[in-house]
Amino acid sequence: MNVIETHKLTKYYGKSRGIIDVTLAVEEGDFFGFIGPNGAGKSTTIRTLLGLISPTGGKAEIFGLDAQRNKVAILSDVGYLPGEAAFYSGMRVKDILNLSAKLHKKDCQREADILCQRMQLDTQKKVETLSLGNRKKVGIVCALQHRPNLYVLDEPTSGLDPLMQREFYMILQERNEEGATIFLSSHVLSEVQRYCKHAGVIREGKLLVTDRVESLGHTGTKRVSLRGITELPRLDGVKDVKQTGDTWSFLFGGKSAELLGALSKLPIEDVNIFEPDLEEVFMHYYTGEEN
Amino acid sequence: MTIFFHELRRGRTALIIWTAVIAFMLAVCLLIYPQMSTQMGDISAMFADMGGFSQAFGLDKINFGEFIGYFGVECANILGIGGAFFAAILGMSALAKEEKDKTAEFLLTHPISRKSIVAQKLLAMAAQVLILNLVCAAVTVLCVLAIGVSVPVGTLTLLLVAYLLMQFQVAAVTFGISAFISRGSLGVGIGLAAMFYFMNIIANLTSSVAFLKYLTPFGYTESSDIILHVSIDSAYLAAGMAMATIGIVLAFAKYTKKDIAS
Repeated sequence: MNVIETHKLTKYYGKSRGIIDVTLAVEEGDFFGFIGPNGAGKSTTIRTLLGLISPTGGKAEIFGLDAQRNKVAILSDVGYLPGEAAFYSGMRVKDILNLSAKLHKKDCQREADILCQRMQLDTQKKVETLSLGNRKKVGIVCALQHRPNLYVLDEPTSGLDPLMQREFYMILQERNEEGATIFLSSHVLSEVQRYCKHAGVIREGKLLVTDRVESLGHTGTKRVSLRGITELPRLDGVKDVKQTGDTWSFLFGGKSAELLGALSKLPIEDVNIFEPDLEEVFMHYYTGEEN
Repeated sequence: MTIFFHELRRGRTALIIWTAVIAFMLAVCLLIYPQMSTQMGDISAMFADMGGFSQAFGLDKINFGEFIGYFGVECANILGIGGAFFAAILGMSALAKEEKDKTAEFLLTHPISRKSIVAQKLLAMAAQVLILNLVCAAVTVLCVLAIGVSVPVGTLTLLLVAYLLMQFQVAAVTFGISAFISRGSLGVGIGLAAMFYFMNIIANLTSSVAFLKYLTPFGYTESSDIILHVSIDSAYLAAGMAMATIGIVLAFAKYTKKDIAS
């Protein structure tokens, strides 16, 4: 079953582009990473899914329910972490958590205590005195304390220190193993590569690709680095050439035999051929280079 | 009712301060009446004879020398202007403040319908206006007892009710406006309340713009009319309540469909 399903979801803010024809499916139990540069449309997609904004075209379903018409039913089983978490000033952390629990009509005290302890969050502090990272933690506990089946997290780790990031992802993985679906947006590729099962790349409002994270890295392309030559061999399928001193580096997407054949005739001092890392693959999507 | 109580808690300090200030001014104004009344004999005639000025404040129609006349002009205005500003601030911030402070994203991603949020905020706003007015009414009664003047109870009640309805209307109209904006523009609310007040004064001065009385809630709180007729002008009141209804309907219609600014 698909927990999130969108069909040609489109949002324009007046004339300015939000997202265009985003068709996306996230299965139950998935750990989905939604990647793209700033302003690509990640938050717009998320905010449309949650019914904060209404789409200009297309439709979105969550748990098989229409995202615009069944907001209350959907939201009762969703934990949402906004990109910029803001809370009512003057309230203490525990009051915010309490308010959130009350609005969910659930008693989350036990879960809140556990989460606050794991995230090292002082619940007695007033929210306006908190640092960005600590405010983020309040948002995280709010999103997690009622144990929903779907977590929608907009750039969840921005502002968190590395230890907290790790703890946070451990909690998410536990929830995921218990069957919950996780949908997070990020522009930190390493965390997506490390934790997500599937990923989608969005750029300039359009969803470019969705696939298993491993498959996204497997493009058949190799990164080749050579030392000791003055010019590159003539080969088809060479791109992204970089030169520093006598070291050349390029992406090669052609046949390996041709590459080796060409290299064997050159006075090479050192050679390295390796898989490009995911970052390079995404950079390619990000910057919109043509093949 | 979680949001209703949440709203009341958030508005508590402002409500206490506004109520305290208005009630204090009202009490001072009432308690100096015995002193004022001894010197009032000629003043009343003088006030009634200041042409446009008297007309603007309705001084030509009421006896300033009687307690109820004094109350209607001097004291009730404190509650009228103060209450209208308070109501305008409440109405203006009710919905827009959530977006301005970026708390809308928190609130609206919880399982409550927007309709219910608007309804609870509306109720909380009405409750706060009501509390302010009840305290002021109680202070008025206590002060009247303290200075020991005899008061036409019916007229006094009508005046207080008219001011309460006026504040409800200001709150409802600004509430409607606040659904359309994403930044709490208190200036607009206070400006609107002041405009309402001056519209009535202008309408008092020139009969050619008497229609303005239908557009401002101060039209039916005109003390001189209420004291003279011992009733609230039903045409002005009906126009006012219609405006309030439009404000509330617009708030629901707009906010339930609104794109929430991030």
